[in-house]
Amino acid sequence: MNPHRRSPLVIVSTVLVYFFLYAPVVVLFLFAFNSSKTNVLFEGFITQVGPTEIVSGNVIRSPCGAFHWFCELARNVEVRNAARNTLTIAFVSTITSTIIGTLAAIALQRYSFRLKTFSEVSLYIPIVIPEIVMGIGILVLFSQLFTLLNNTLSLSGDSQLTLGLGTVIVSHIAFSIPFVTLVVRARLHGFDKAIEEASMDLGANEIITFWRVTLPSIMPGVLSGALLAFTLSLDDFVITFFTTGPGASTLPIYVYGLLRRIVTPQVNALSAVWISIVLVVVFFTQRLQSRQM
Amino acid sequence: MLRKLREDRSFQGAVLISPTLLFMIGLLIIPLLLTLVISFGSRAPDGTVIYGFSFDNYVRLSGVRTECDNGKSLCLDPIYIQILSRSLSLAFNTTVLAILMAYPLAYFIARAPARKRNTFLFLILVPMWTNFIIRVYAWMMLLRTQGVINSVIGWLAGLVGLHFTPFEMLYTQGAVLVGMVYEFLPFMILPIYTSLEKIELSLYEASADLGARPFRTFLRMTLPLSIPGVVAGTILVFVPVMGTFIVSDLLGGRQIVLVGNLIQNQFLIARDPTFGSAASLMLMTLTLIVTYFYTRKFGFGEEIVTA
Amino acid sequence: MNEFCVELRDVVKRFPTPEGSEVFAVDHVTMQIKNGEFFSMLGPSGCGKTTSLRMVAGFEWPTVGEVYIEGEAMGRRPPYLRPVNTVFQSYALFPHMSVAENVAYGLEMEKTPKYEIKRRVGEILEMVKLSGMERRKPRQLSGGQQQRVALARALVKHPKVLLLDEPLGALDLKLRKEMQLELKALQQEVGITFVYVTHDQEEALTMSDRIAVMDHGRVLQIGAPVEIYERPNSRFVADFIGETNFLSGEARAIEEDRVTVYIPSLKDELVGAKAAPVNVGDQVVVSMRPEKIRLASDRALPQNCFSGIVLNTAYIGSDTRVIVDLGGAPLAVWEQNKISTLDPEAYYAPGEQVWVVVLPENALVLQDV
Repeated sequence: MNPHRRSPLVIVSTVLVYFFLYAPVVVLFLFAFNSSKTNVLFEGFITQVGPTEIVSGNVIRSPCGAFHWFCELARNVEVRNAARNTLTIAFVSTITSTIIGTLAAIALQRYSFRLKTFSEVSLYIPIVIPEIVMGIGILVLFSQLFTLLNNTLSLSGDSQLTLGLGTVIVSHIAFSIPFVTLVVRARLHGFDKAIEEASMDLGANEIITFWRVTLPSIMPGVLSGALLAFTLSLDDFVITFFTTGPGASTLPIYVYGLLRRIVTPQVNALSAVWISIVLVVVFFTQRLQSRQM
Repeated sequence: MLRKLREDRSFQGAVLISPTLLFMIGLLIIPLLLTLVISFGSRAPDGTVIYGFSFDNYVRLSGVRTECDNGKSLCLDPIYIQILSRSLSLAFNTTVLAILMAYPLAYFIARAPARKRNTFLFLILVPMWTNFIIRVYAWMMLLRTQGVINSVIGWLAGLVGLHFTPFEMLYTQGAVLVGMVYEFLPFMILPIYTSLEKIELSLYEASADLGARPFRTFLRMTLPLSIPGVVAGTILVFVPVMGTFIVSDLLGGRQIVLVGNLIQNQFLIARDPTFGSAASLMLMTLTLIVTYFYTRKFGFGEEIVTA
Repeated sequence: MNEFCVELRDVVKRFPTPEGSEVFAVDHVTMQIKNGEFFSMLGPSGCGKTTSLRMVAGFEWPTVGEVYIEGEAMGRRPPYLRPVNTVFQSYALFPHMSVAENVAYGLEMEKTPKYEIKRRVGEILEMVKLSGMERRKPRQLSGGQQQRVALARALVKHPKVLLLDEPLGALDLKLRKEMQLELKALQQEVGITFVYVTHDQEEALTMSDRIAVMDHGRVLQIGAPVEIYERPNSRFVADFIGETNFLSGEARAIEEDRVTVYIPSLKDELVGAKAAPVNVGDQVVVSMRPEKIRLASDRALPQNCFSGIVLNTAYIGSDTRVIVDLGGAPLAVWEQNKISTLDPEAYYAPGEQVWVVVLPENALVLQDV
């Protein structure tokens, strides 16, 4: 009996599900090269290179040729701002939540202390409640807190506390920590404590042991945790939506705004760029991870 | 202090966990408690909160009214109950559909030769690395009346010389369902795959050796062993579907109002945070109750970790 | 130089249990380990041998009592400040480091110069026959090779004492036998004190200069292998080391080192050697090793000679292992096959009536506890 044998039914449904997963992505990419400005039907590629010429909503000629919408995207100041915000938020929250979450994973997996059950439960909550509940909770907190502080300290104008990049970053850290902890703990689960004892036995103190033995052996877990935190932050809409303020728009928020108004193939171009960047990041983390072991 | 740090393990643990606790208390526990406090308050005319202790918001959620159009002193306005039941049935349908689609795929990957499995898994994740919003947008493009699906069908109909009236697909319940399944399908595939992948191939051989045909092997061995994965996947799909408001907002138009839309609306348009808070707490309680009973019945696998 | 390399003085280690009470892992243990000695702690799992070793290494601290290394009290000194090194049961090799990096780790911690590290790592790897494996990762090695890396990593630091926690436990039988001899040879070569923890009595007997037999957190007997085997001081030690037969009875008379014991199951008296303090009237057990019992076809001696029936025999080459029904209980007797013959008459057969003969010095009288 061949254990790899699968029934035709399984194979057919597998193919269909992959088609279901990829058809929208393919359409997304294809329409990034659409000559039609309204982007409802695919009107063909932009074939001519030269000064931009638009005839009844169709781009006939562009300095960037087929990549017209990518160039438009690069020129779009709002997109550039949103991209900068998105990346700032993602980097800061990933680094912070990875450090904090890793420490928590070590604490929960290896130590016993008071409040341990409380910590475990509170780390489970963000995973098992809808994101919107946490999002509006944080919104309520900040709006009440800021109103209170602005009134008592009689802050006004620019010095007033408002929602913005800071509140988004703090919120992203908070919702990423549980996921980082989960991933790192899974890695620590199979960790042989004896290698730390061996390190101390060979003359390394607790700090050297952590840096030279503990951290390197859980590094693949820490990296997966960081990658997860990074993609969660990049992808997040709900929490950002409720905690962001003027001037702190991220790409998902910006796109959401566009979808409610008018959509040009710029959004498709953005999608194409986006997925390429994420793929590159994933590729490098995987490389790093495989080199670790 | 330093001596304590070196020798007292419970103190070491407390030090390591403290930044996490700070974040969890500050940005989870306190916000949830504040939501609770506010839900007992009422809305001031300017949209701010008047603190108080009344159950008005909860009574309103239940649909019981004291001011009625027909002059009676008590009547029932089921609008919020309808929203809730719509959300529940959508979440249920999404979950079932996701299981039906995810299971064969997960099974296919789990039984593929080991070196190919990672590639297949990777292929599932790639569409996920586009953005949540962008994935919804892709379905808008596909489902529009003049969109890709209708164009393709129209073109095929034209080939055989048939007249084709485009389907109205966007802004329907079906569109929201498809969008939800698309968004959360990988969260069903991965845990099921994890539990299937753990089944050693020798078990299949043992089952065959003991005389079970493939289908019986599946029913008696594979399916029971993969239940933890299905449970984890269900939670990972059901919970977010219950709270998502963008998919219904963009693919369902104004017609399909879910709990998420209700909450968002109260905060950003109707400007009644007290009622929004009550609705949000109701949503949380409901999902916690459902997942609690569900996991208690089926157990809670570690599969949720790997997803 | 201190006479004792390692000393445990009245050491107690209590662990809290999940139920909230406490359990004695080590219960008032005192041991003195001499310089250059191969010392084994032997006992079943949970007897406190590993905890005792870990207290010497510094991974645990005594609840009460004190550990001395080279006459110096260790108190709560951490492992990295103690002149001992450990070979772990799981080897505990650093998975992300190569063989050479693993071995060099301890020297780097001592800030040994680079060229010196290189030389010593090379030397020690040659000693454990791992030259050429420097750049391999631990998971690319066999169990036996990993074991040698763990050994090299600990020995390269020239510790005063090498602690070994069941280092051969994960190896298969054949490899284990080889490694036992190698370890013993290595210990003689480097002249370092070895403290060896094992539950395998044969291993302890083969390698050790002295053995401490432990049970339930207590040391029952400390002595050279021959003392432990030939003069166990308790029923547990007699039972745990090697094989033996027990007969229960009551001490009737004591004359110097001879004890006359009445054995109810035989309805007869047996004269044995006094191996532990016993008084007239005590309930005692008589321990008789199977290879020290003789079988005869007729009553050879006026005393210590009992009639039985052969139940079962197993020919295993060097010996024939005979089970005799003696007063209703089975008794194991190993008859050495000193004469080469194919004659079936030369061997005992089931159903045969025999006389069991045991010399008083081979019947050890112990307290029945």
